[in-house]
Amino acid sequence: MQVTSSVREPLVTGGKSYHDVTHDVSRQVEGKPSLAWFLAFLTAAGVLALGSIALIATLWEGIGMWGLNKTVGWAWDITNFVWWVGIGHAGTLISAVLLLFRQKWRTSINRAAEAMTIFAVICAAMFPVIHMGRPWLGAYWALPLPNTFGSLWVNFNSPLLWDVFAISTYFSVSLVFWYIGLIPDFATIRDRATGLRKTIYGALSFGWDGAAKTWMRYESVSLILAGLATPLVLSVHTIVSFDFATSVIPGWHTTIFPPYFVAGAIFSGFAMVLTLMIVTRKVFKLEDYITIGHIELMNIVIIVTGSIVGVAYITEFFIAWYSGVEPEFYAFYNRATGPYFWAYWTMMTCNVISPQLFWIKKIRTSIVATFALSIVVNIGMWFERFVIIVTSLHRDYLPSSWAMFYPTWADVGVYLFTFGLFFTLFFLFAKFFPVINMAEVKSVLKSSSEKVSK
Amino acid sequence: MERDTNFVLGVFDDEDVLLHAVEEVRSSGVKIHEVYSPYPVHGLEHVLGYKRSRLPIAAFLFGMLGTSLALTMQFYMMRFDWPMIIGGKDYAAFPDFIPVTFEMTVLLAAFGMVGVFMISSNLKPWAQPRIFDVRSTDDKHIMAIDIANNSAMDLAKIEEILKSSGATEVNKKSFE
Repeated sequence: MQVTSSVREPLVTGGKSYHDVTHDVSRQVEGKPSLAWFLAFLTAAGVLALGSIALIATLWEGIGMWGLNKTVGWAWDITNFVWWVGIGHAGTLISAVLLLFRQKWRTSINRAAEAMTIFAVICAAMFPVIHMGRPWLGAYWALPLPNTFGSLWVNFNSPLLWDVFAISTYFSVSLVFWYIGLIPDFATIRDRATGLRKTIYGALSFGWDGAAKTWMRYESVSLILAGLATPLVLSVHTIVSFDFATSVIPGWHTTIFPPYFVAGAIFSGFAMVLTLMIVTRKVFKLEDYITIGHIELMNIVIIVTGSIVGVAYITEFFIAWYSGVEPEFYAFYNRATGPYFWAYWTMMTCNVISPQLFWIKKIRTSIVATFALSIVVNIGMWFERFVIIVTSLHRDYLPSSWAMFYPTWADVGVYLFTFGLFFTLFFLFAKFFPVINMAEVKSVLKSSSEKVSK
Repeated sequence: MERDTNFVLGVFDDEDVLLHAVEEVRSSGVKIHEVYSPYPVHGLEHVLGYKRSRLPIAAFLFGMLGTSLALTMQFYMMRFDWPMIIGGKDYAAFPDFIPVTFEMTVLLAAFGMVGVFMISSNLKPWAQPRIFDVRSTDDKHIMAIDIANNSAMDLAKIEEILKSSGATEVNKKSFE
């Protein structure tokens, strides 16, 4: 069935037939979970349980549980928020932007990357909600609802409110995009199943029958959703960066922030996709679908976005000096040489230097090296947000109020909670949902190397 | 069972064979009920003679609705209902309203279009689809021909057209 080209590497290796695709992906859903899956799931659920102690303590006592002080009023909470949102950018980028660019290699990875996006955005959204202190009243602060203060509305001039709209739109549109893609695959599982599984996947598949007319509409919907999601994905991190860029804090109010944040988001998102996919392909034996070719292409995206981020770091430093604004330059000078120099140089090493190793083909196509570097990039991107947020705040205009930030156990615990949540959701997804988009992979199986077949 | 809906099914393995087969079957005067595929086959809608989907128009209209709702909401709340000076800006600080307007445009366009898609394609959790052949979500393309719609044609003739156009199997299927 599959045609191999002498010119191009096939997107799916191993000479798979259409039925093989169905079988290889569906058997994960149909079989009993492996011991490895159980151990991984229990670990994630354990971290979730442990972290929830910190979460409950924070909700019970208030955000005084965190290490914030009157100088550093934003620290790990917003760092974690921006970090998770950034990670949540890769999925929609892969499925929407690469769809518009007709990059067929996206088909093997888009499902898992979108799932990762959705779970990462859930984790991200946790932080703004918790840091309101009394989140049960949050609806009045975040949504334009009539309330008992008369009709005092939310402030549409505030980037924090734009964020509410951006994140919730991004989450719901990504969810819909992901689910529409899942419907045909749920139907495949339904048609292979009997009994209870048939009922469940039958409901999940929304009565999909694969009619040509429905596929025509499906294609139309996918294309328009991709067209809508592309500016959306760019707008979300742009608006996240406005949280900082529209303020008057030195080190925050720079015009470079939107593109720099978007590049950083794609950078960290692809790193997280690689971390997860390298494990998933191994555990679920999907090496023929997520090939070294896929890993190499993702690594190239990491070099490009990592270099953009590197240029942005240097540019903002240069502009801070060139502007001649003393507090602005001091903020940057203090980042590199002040008490948080270690955080700054961790960021520089992990984000600017380490991805350059991917210029070497041997490293770019090595699974071990890619896995290690993907984690390094994620550490680096966490430090980037920490550096931007904490070092800009901890030495403000008034030297008498200069302070340091020390995280408490509750800070660490709430961060752990989101890790537990993310991986618990991801493992559930990996077991019960088809991790590879079967229908789309089938559609590229033949055409990806059509030229030679004729 | 006699007066129920009866179908002749042509089973195809290959998408290119299928595309030619659809053309051949249609040009020989047989009306095709529908073709069921495991994945989207490009060009299939053209050879079947389907009109272009109007879903993009729905998306545009819902998007416009989102834009106008967002702008109306923000101008009403900020300029008319409870005007306040914030950061020395105008009550109706139009540039500040753009992000929310953009997000609501995207939100309504996406949800409106998907909603129309769901309704027009009858996709809902409790829907009971007519499955002609379970392999149509695995690895086969199924061309369904409604016998009642082709009463002028001889059944054996239809089967022969299907076979000669490349169908690997020709089956029959009845629904109550």
